[in-house]
Parts: sequence; structure tokens; C-alpha cells
Amino acid sequence: MEFFLISMLNGLSYGLLLFMLSSGLTLIFSMMGVLNFAHASFYMIGAYFGYTLGGLIGFWPALILAPLGVGALGALFERLSLRKVHPYGHVPELLVTFGLSYVVLELVQLVWGRTAVEFQPPELLRGAAFTLINHASNGLGLVWGAATPELCSAADAAVRVVCTPFPATRAFMMVIALLMLVSLWLLLTRTRIGLVIQAALTHPEMVEALGHNVPRVFMLVFGAGTGLAGLAGVIGGSTFVTEPAMAATVGSVIFVVVVVGGMGSLSGAFLASVLIGVIQTFAVAIDYSFLAFARDMGWQLSAAAQDNSFAKLTVSQVAPILPYLFLVLILIFRPKGLLGTREG
Amino acid sequence: MASVYKFKPYNVGRWIIWSLFALVLLFAPLLFTSNLSVTMLAQMGIAIIACLSYNMLLGQGGMLSFGHAVYTGLGSYMAMHALNALSAGKLGIPVSLLPLVGGVAGMGFAVLLGWVTTRKSGTPFAMITMGVAELVFAMSLMFSEFFGGEAGISGNRVAGQPFMGITFGPQIQIYYLIAIYTFVCVALMYAFTQTPLGRILNAVRDNPERVEFIGYNTQRVRYFAFIIAGFFAGIAGGLGALNFEIVTAEVVSAHRSGAYLLFTFLGGATFFFGPIIGAVLMIIAFVLLSELTKAWLLYLGLVFLFMVMYAPGGIASLIMMNLRVAKFGKLRQIWTSYLGLGMTAIVMLVGAGAMIEMVYHLQLNTALGDVVKFMGVPLNAKSVDSWVGAAFVLLTGLGLFELARRQYVIEWGVIQEEIEKEIKRRETAV
Repeated sequence: MEFFLISMLNGLSYGLLLFMLSSGLTLIFSMMGVLNFAHASFYMIGAYFGYTLGGLIGFWPALILAPLGVGALGALFERLSLRKVHPYGHVPELLVTFGLSYVVLELVQLVWGRTAVEFQPPELLRGAAFTLINHASNGLGLVWGAATPELCSAADAAVRVVCTPFPATRAFMMVIALLMLVSLWLLLTRTRIGLVIQAALTHPEMVEALGHNVPRVFMLVFGAGTGLAGLAGVIGGSTFVTEPAMAATVGSVIFVVVVVGGMGSLSGAFLASVLIGVIQTFAVAIDYSFLAFARDMGWQLSAAAQDNSFAKLTVSQVAPILPYLFLVLILIFRPKGLLGTREG
Repeated sequence: MASVYKFKPYNVGRWIIWSLFALVLLFAPLLFTSNLSVTMLAQMGIAIIACLSYNMLLGQGGMLSFGHAVYTGLGSYMAMHALNALSAGKLGIPVSLLPLVGGVAGMGFAVLLGWVTTRKSGTPFAMITMGVAELVFAMSLMFSEFFGGEAGISGNRVAGQPFMGITFGPQIQIYYLIAIYTFVCVALMYAFTQTPLGRILNAVRDNPERVEFIGYNTQRVRYFAFIIAGFFAGIAGGLGALNFEIVTAEVVSAHRSGAYLLFTFLGGATFFFGPIIGAVLMIIAFVLLSELTKAWLLYLGLVFLFMVMYAPGGIASLIMMNLRVAKFGKLRQIWTSYLGLGMTAIVMLVGAGAMIEMVYHLQLNTALGDVVKFMGVPLNAKSVDSWVGAAFVLLTGLGLFELARRQYVIEWGVIQEEIEKEIKRRETAV
């Protein structure tokens, strides 16, 4: 039971991190039709900015300043480069961000080195947010913060007590992501700028005719989207590892999320990120193969079949490819994505 | 894009170009005889096939694929397995036909995976190809029977009966095998562009909606083109397997796919011959540039970025635009500008290069001392002098380059206008 709960929470927090990334990507895509290939690179820059600023002024100011810096960089890139390419069409736009991902990777390696840097979360977030205590006789309990050793051991040796802590960084990640989700939603639906953005999504010419500076709105949206990626980077970098490969590991997954959720659908991106986060986290934890399944079912397998690497493959080994399998299946059975409205 | 050659029924120009291409393939290893250059030439031949097959998607079909290495790579693996079966005496085909095994494998996988990927076009297509590429790469580390795990699988290409004394043991023999395949494949791929399918593929790229209106299924057109591209990609992969005699998971990696995309675009996706330039550059960059400087990926990324921004047609389009200028006899008016641009650009690049090299030196090998050799000049990466000097060179170059560029843009505009007028005049004269 506590395994299920903790895995569920881990999956949710990973899914929410994915959502922080894919929301910016979706926002940029639905607005400008640009698939920002370098989105994960901005995530990486966010993590490294957070690392450097965190060392200078502390984690909490860095949590605010690093995303702002990343957003400014993103807006600058849009202004100087993407806007020039815009008239050529979508493929060159994608290519220019693809080129940027190369340059960013090299620059990051140039400035911060090729190995992982020590990006620690602050003191406050280092421990456990709460601990689940599974007491064989008293049932499941919950303690905020870390549990004391007395709670985790029973006087009677026959009584089994298992303590499972849930890291505070993960909880923090969930809180930030949910806050972001709510504020993004409020911004888009309840404010003037949000209305302009929504209008510019569907009728850019009309919005321009009404006197709004649509290119500047685009620049702001691009900056905001990359800034969100930067925020995710500070949190993801301190929770996981901050290394030059971090963009590549998360990059292709967020593209899967965006396609699975339905291109340009924010709610679809949310659903898909949580789904993929949970599926992947559970899969990693399950050490079960087809062979074990056959044995449990009482099937007799030949020696050749037992030695087959396909049959020996455990679910945890398959975990990395699950998002991509999911993508292929979605494309076959529901080409417009889970909550997508348009096909194309 | 704009200037499609109009060939007359018996086209002398075409014969000359193709004969020249054959002669280059034939005599290149006699000119560059060292081991390194023959190896490089062989790799170039393979890269030419791969990049041209990629351009069938990107340039001719408007399909931006991030997973082309899947088809070259799986072709490599299949060819390698066939080679090992052949060595074991289980397969009755000569070594020279093994690339075709790779080709058929590439085609088979394109039939299978292309069915999913070509359901979409544009940006979703790009993302799906990337997903499929990640899928295959992750699988390659999972199924070690087929993919050989981290170490990959290797074989020996000297297998079966030698044919007229050709064992394919020496590198030069494998080079000529590759050269023959390259020539035939390039010819076939050029022929493809002239077929009805190739033509309608261009139409699907330019205006899919209208193609649907005249009764074609755009999805099926993309699918067919994808399969054909997969076939040629597989041939390139099979040749690669024979050339290196080892296939590792790297051949299906995203890096490889990215390299095909990058260099096909740099060469020029809008002209048939563009990817050939790109492929030659790719091998030069991978073999020579990576030896010369550690910062080569940064340079590559920057060049690519500027190319997309300022010359989206690649090197091929730059050549063709200047050929047009030359054809109208205007090159004389602009060559001084080119000289100015070139000189100032060199000054600028020297400054930027010196700074980049010093940063790399500080980051990577400070253990070797503070002095970094840049173009024969020793620079102390920790002294202010060399930084100020490099920055001064860079800024001077940048300023002069901007001046030269403005002048050039004006002149170029004038010349283009004159050419337009000239064309109009000729049309009315007819």
C-alpha cells in the first residue's frame, strides 16, 4: 500500500514537472506554431543559472531570478533569430531552434564543464515532507517531516514496521507546478493580456488591426514559455542531477507529451504529462517479466524460450521506451491526441 | 527551388555533369592516395547516399525527419547479420550484394514505421519521427541478441568466394564498391525526382490541400516516398557496415539523425546536388575538424544557426544564385564586395575563434599550461593582453564586416533588379 502511495506521488510529481515544461512548449506552439526544439535546453539553462545564482545569493532568490533570466534569453532569441526566420515557414523555425539546442549544449559544457555539478536543494527541502509508517498491527500512519527512529521500530520484533519518506523536494515540485497551473489559467482567462493572447492565437490579423503589437505579444509568450522551462529547470535540477545530458533526457519525453495530449491543447498536455509521469514511475519500480508471468500462470516454457532476452525483459527495463510506445499507440488509435481538437 | 533546369531532349550538359561525377568517383583515390583520404572518400560516398535519401524527405517532400538514422542504422545491422551468416556459410549471396540486403531491410522498416509516421505532416511528423528514433535507440540497448549491446556486432568482410580476385579485403576495393553504389544510387535518386511520384511529392510539399483536391492521397504519397528513402538509407547503412566491419548502437542514435539533418540542410535541401556538398562537408567536419579543434560542435551549431537565418537554401542555393549573377555577366560588379566581405569576415572569425579556443582551453586542459596555440600564434589564456587583443580583432572585424555587408546588400539588390529587368526584356523580345 505505501509502495503504491509513494510511487503514485512520485509519478505525480514527475508528471507535474513534465507539465511545467510542456505547458510552455504548448503555449508557444499553439500561439506561434513554432515547435521549440530547444525547450529542454532552456530547462537546462534554468538549472545551471539556478546553480550559479544559488551559490551567490541563495536558493530562494535564485528560484525567482533564474527563470527571469532564462525568459529574457528566450525573448532575446525570439527577437533576434526566430522572428527573422518566421516568414520562411515552420520547418526553418523548427530548424533554427534545433541549431540553438546544439549551441546551448556546447555553451553549457563550455561554461560549467562536462560533468554534473553539485546543485543541492536548500536546507529546508533536504529532508522528507512526510513519512508513511506501515505498522503491522496499527495500520498505516502518517507523520509530517522525518519520522523518529522510535516510530520506525517496534518493541516487539515480530511486528513489522516500514517507514517510507516522501522527499520534500518532490512535494515542493508539486506545489510549484500546481501554483503555476492555477496562475497560468487565471492569467489566460481572467486578465486583459490573457485575452489578447487568446485572441492572437486564432485571429492575429484582427488583433493587430485593433492596435495590439502582435509580434511583441509573441516575444512575450516565447519569453514566458522559456521562463517556465527555466523555473522547471531550477526545481528539476536541484531534485535530480544538473548535467549537460539533462536536456536530452527530458527533451524527447516532453515532445511525446505534447503529441499525446494533442498539439496545442494545454489541458491535454496536463493530462498526458501526469499520465506519462505515473506510468513511467510505476514501470521503473516493477520488476516483473514475461518469464515470471508465465511461471506464475503455471505455463511450461521450453529452454530456448526461457533464455530469450525478450521474455526475460522486465517491466522496469522497458520503462524508458514506454512513452514512445504510448505515442505510437495514440497515433494509431487517436491521431489528434487525447484532448486535441485538430488533426494535421 | 525557383530555377529548375529545363532539359532539352538530348542534353549535353547532363551528360557532361554525370560523366564528370563518374570521373571524380573513379580518380579521387588516385589523387588522394593516403590511407586516411581513401577511408574518408569511402565515408563520403556512404554519406552522399544517406544525405540524398534524407533529402528525398526534407527537400522534396517537406518532411523534417529527426529519425533518419533508424533506417540507415537498421540497414547496417541487417547487412552485418547477413555478412556473418555469409561467413558461416549459411547465405548464398556475394559480399558485393550485401548493401542491397541493408536496403531491403531499410525499406522493410520504413514500410512498418513509416505507416505510423507519415500519417502526419509538418511539425507533428517531425516529433513523431523523433519519438520513433528514441524508441529504436532505447530498444537497441535492450535486445542484445540482435544489436550486440554496448559493444555492437562485428564481422569480417573477406567472406565467400573472391570474384576475379576481388576479396574486398583492401580498403581501395571497398572504396570502388562504394563508388559504384554511390553512382548508381545517385542516378536512381535523380531519376526519382523526374517520375510522376517525385513530381507529386513536390506538390505535396508545396500545397497539400490542392493535391488532395485533384484526387491524390497526400498521406500515401508521403508514405511511398518514405519507403523509397528508407531503401536508399538502408543501402547507405549496408555500405557502412561493410566499410567499418562493426556496427554499434551509435548508428541508430539521435546524434546520427541530427547530423544527417544538419548537413543536408547546410548543403542545401532545395537543390538535388545540395546534399552531396553537405555529405562531403559532414565527413570533413567529423574527421578533420574534430581533430583540429575541440570547439567544433559549437562552430557547427553557430554556422547552422546563421545558415538557417540568412541562407535557408544552404550552400547550394548560394552557388546557384551566384551562377545566375555570373550568367548575366554581373559578377564583375560585385566581386570587390565579395572580397571585402571575405576579408572582414576572416578578421572577425579570427578574433572570435581565438576567444572561443581560449575559453575551451581554460575549461578543458588547464593542466597543460596556460598557453594555447591558435593558428600558430601562442596565446596566454590567462593574460589580459591576449583577451583584449582577441576582443579588439573581433570588434574591428565585426565593424568592418557590417560596413561591407551593407554595401554588399545594396549592390546585390541593384544587380537582382537589373537581372529581373533583363529577363523581362528577353521575354518581351520573344
